[in-house]
Amino acid sequence: MEKELIIRKIRDGIVIDHIPAGRALTVLKLLGITGKEKLRVALVMNVESRKLGLKDIIKIEGRELSKDELSVIALVAPTATINIIRNYEVVQKFKVEIPDIIEGALKCINTKCITNKPREPIKTRFITVSKDPLMIKCDYCGTVYTAQDIENMLLRTRE
Amino acid sequence: MERCWLGRDVLSILDFDRKCIEELFNLTLIMEKYSRTRLNILEDKVLALAFFEPSTRTRLSFETAMKRLGGSTIGFTGEEAISVSKGESIADTVRMLDSYADAIVIRHSLEGVAKYAAEIANNPVINAGDGTQNHPTQAMLDLYTIWRELGEIDGICVGILGDLKYARTVKSLIEGLTLFRPSKIYLISPPALRPRREVLAILENAGLKYSHVENIDEVIRELDVLYVVRIQKERFPDVVEYERVKGSYRITLETLKNCKDTLIILHPLPRVDEIDPQVDSTRHARYFKQAAYGVPLRMALLTLIFGREDKVR
Ligand SMILES: Nc1ncnc2c1ncn2[C@@H]1O[C@H](COP(=O)(O)OP(=O)(O)OP(=O)(O)O)[C@@H](O)[C@H]1O
Ligand SMILES: [Mg+2]
Ligand SMILES: [Zn+2]
Repeated sequence: MEKELIIRKIRDGIVIDHIPAGRALTVLKLLGITGKEKLRVALVMNVESRKLGLKDIIKIEGRELSKDELSVIALVAPTATINIIRNYEVVQKFKVEIPDIIEGALKCINTKCITNKPREPIKTRFITVSKDPLMIKCDYCGTVYTAQDIENMLLRTRE
Repeated sequence: MERCWLGRDVLSILDFDRKCIEELFNLTLIMEKYSRTRLNILEDKVLALAFFEPSTRTRLSFETAMKRLGGSTIGFTGEEAISVSKGESIADTVRMLDSYADAIVIRHSLEGVAKYAAEIANNPVINAGDGTQNHPTQAMLDLYTIWRELGEIDGICVGILGDLKYARTVKSLIEGLTLFRPSKIYLISPPALRPRREVLAILENAGLKYSHVENIDEVIRELDVLYVVRIQKERFPDVVEYERVKGSYRITLETLKNCKDTLIILHPLPRVDEIDPQVDSTRHARYFKQAAYGVPLRMALLTLIFGREDKVR
């Protein structure tokens, strides 16, 4: 175990490790975690990592997210590792994988897109066109996004 | 034969392959004979025309096609849409139309509305234009006109001129052309109005040869088809730039001086002043014929979607 445990151990929850340095806030945004949910969340930014040089880590206590919910993390943090913690121990560890379909997590930037019309019962949907280089497309209006576009989109749509 | 049209939504021309499109063309050819009479094969069907954005040609040709086939239509257009919906969601309006009619033709200024409507409705949804995205039945009509007037689409050289960035008919036409093997596509426009990168990607993925051209004079003698769309003033940040560009994208007798004898000129209409009326009387002008094919083409389309083609032959 790395010596960086700046924060006390969590009992149950998840640790998102190996996030590229500086992307932790974008990852939280992607997971829809704003702080208003009253979840106990710890953020560690720009700590040393053997694998990445510098990395960010997110620890979320008291909530397990499903593999599907977590897979969107791969869009901005392709190197991330998910650790499921139960009773202080890592009980499961996996790498995130870019999903083929991304539902709900992102917001299309095209103001003429039907997904941005108020009062319509519609969820956004993006289709992965290519994984390397990353390219996704809004399934409704066809707008195409690169990895950089996705990061910009997430930072722009801060509510 | 596999029925690729029965009960299908028509959202993008790329939802269909070449065989389906050729089946549509063959039936359209037969429908030309019936487009001035009445063929009672859809007497039991009601078509909803939901035009949230005003339309003349597309709406009237669907309406005429449905009536020639013995069917009936309901619906609204433009301003009427606002009073019909009274602030109701598109989802609820679509649900209502779906419960009254057997298929829905929809046009809306927002992108992706037809797809959204198709997810809600049980009956087939036909996209009659969504924002700057798709207008598949117009592309089918454009391709039919080329096929009908020149005998084939493979091997021809196509020039597309005007606002190639925002015109939805251009996007759908380019998509439709990738179902065939044209020899070359010239994209003739000011640099600022070139097709969007995702549209160019469609051409590249299909392996079709294309180049960007600013001046039609450079390529006019090679063209078999010249497809013209309007350049709208609103697309330019300043009027001076628009005025400067406008003249070079206007087709006159002078433009056609060096063209092939067999060149055909198409335009989705309405035309403003991008084609000089003097061109109308040349053998090249086919845009009025193109518009007229709109009725038999949509008759064929509706017949196939309702699976009544056996009743025609
Ligand atoms: N109970 C806990 N509370 C908070 N963080 C924890 C807890 N258990 C493990 N972690 C953190 O989860 C991550 C993975 O833990 P693990 O013990 O698997 O380390 P590792 O062997 O370095 O894993 P890896 O090979 O994925 O880097 C580390 O960042 C560790 O600090
Ligand atoms: Mg480690
Ligand atoms: Zn969109």
